[in-house]
Amino acid sequence: MKDKKSYDVILFKAVSYALKAEKILKKENLPHKLIPVPKHISSDCGICLMVHLDMKDQVLTALQDKVDIENVRPLTE
Amino acid sequence: MSIIYFDNAATSWPKPPEVHAAMQKYLKKIGANPGRSGHRLSVEAARIIFDTREKLVQLFNVDDPLQIVMTKNATEALNIAILGLLKPGDHVITSSMEHNSAMRPLRAMEHRGVNLTVITCDQDGLIDPVKVSAAIQENTKAIFVTHASNVTGTVMPVADIGRIARKHALVFCVDAAQTAGCCPIDVKEMNIDLLAFTGHKSLFGPSGTGGLYIREGLEKRIEPLCVGGTGSRSESEEQPDFMPDRYEAGTPNTVGIAGLQAGVDFVLSEGVDQINSREEELVKTFMEGIKGLAGVTLYGQTDTHKRTPVVSFNIAGMDPAAVALELDERFKIMARSGIHCAPSAHKTIGTYPQGTVRFSFSYFNTQEQIAKAIDAIRKISRRKK
Repeated sequence: MKDKKSYDVILFKAVSYALKAEKILKKENLPHKLIPVPKHISSDCGICLMVHLDMKDQVLTALQDKVDIENVRPLTE
Repeated sequence: MSIIYFDNAATSWPKPPEVHAAMQKYLKKIGANPGRSGHRLSVEAARIIFDTREKLVQLFNVDDPLQIVMTKNATEALNIAILGLLKPGDHVITSSMEHNSAMRPLRAMEHRGVNLTVITCDQDGLIDPVKVSAAIQENTKAIFVTHASNVTGTVMPVADIGRIARKHALVFCVDAAQTAGCCPIDVKEMNIDLLAFTGHKSLFGPSGTGGLYIREGLEKRIEPLCVGGTGSRSESEEQPDFMPDRYEAGTPNTVGIAGLQAGVDFVLSEGVDQINSREEELVKTFMEGIKGLAGVTLYGQTDTHKRTPVVSFNIAGMDPAAVALELDERFKIMARSGIHCAPSAHKTIGTYPQGTVRFSFSYFNTQEQIAKAIDAIRKISRRKK
């Protein structure tokens, strides 16, 4: 990951929701990575999905109405 | 002489080897607390639980894996459903064949002002859906019924009752402790809103596993019984309101759920229909084999197609406990005697308070074992004559 600025993270209510999203993205062949929630975003102890900005719209469309999304934030502060 | 285990309605044994392997794998290689941390082992543990939910939804025809709450058994699931949903002043309908896992929480709610109607089933343990319809009042909120009796194996007409519940906009809760894994269950087709199941019977998981399916949206009407840490919304001191975290406080039984997943996998790969028909063959052979024996009374429906692999019987003049003891000591056959935690069911079929001897088979039992058991009962009943 060279350019952190080119990534967003998608935040979920709980780990199980992130895992549900991960399964959908895997099935749709959309690149993503599960990472711990960056500290500047939340003190919560969960995980989130990191996606490239180029893929963001496609990813969000794939997840729409299937998984509740809490928030979408830039990866960097 | 090797042990013959016929107490699968209490808990199934043996389990498929894959169940042991999955539990060992978790303990040896994963071990972490699911959903509590962001590291890979924690995520791996969370994945085990998520994948288990996914397999369960496949089995029950549920859309969303997150509508499955993992519990420690069917009793906990029924308690969430009954204590969480009912309020003083509500009317609720159940059957006289319920296990105490449903009957006791229902009676407890009766003491708190819930109005309970118990529909008396026929001598074979079968409920008449017409009586259910007739019992509906203006304040009826829900129908709680077992999918199959743990005493007689009688499979209830849940699809018919589901239609009645839907027509009257009642919450329909089914106790699938005896059927999940060995009878087809389709929550959509059967109009089931709440499905309580256990993991350690026909799903072949270890004890300490089970769950509750909650129809989407219904969670808003069901209070959790136990609140606490969920790994989610950690900054808040209030219980999350979303599924399944709302009902899953505290570290889950991950090792057990890992085993359950392997058990459900086994069921899915063998197929519920195949499991069902093999077990039906065992029941058929057994019932055919003992029905003519002197002094033997069989309970429940004669049509094996309408029952789970559970057969209750008595030998005239003998205490069921004495029969079970002799089966164990002389023949190494493990059976259960007594009331089977379902006093109302025994009152219904006329075997209260002495109870019955209960044989309950699993997919792993064989026709040879059945033949030995028939022979054993023949010997015991003959001597008694």
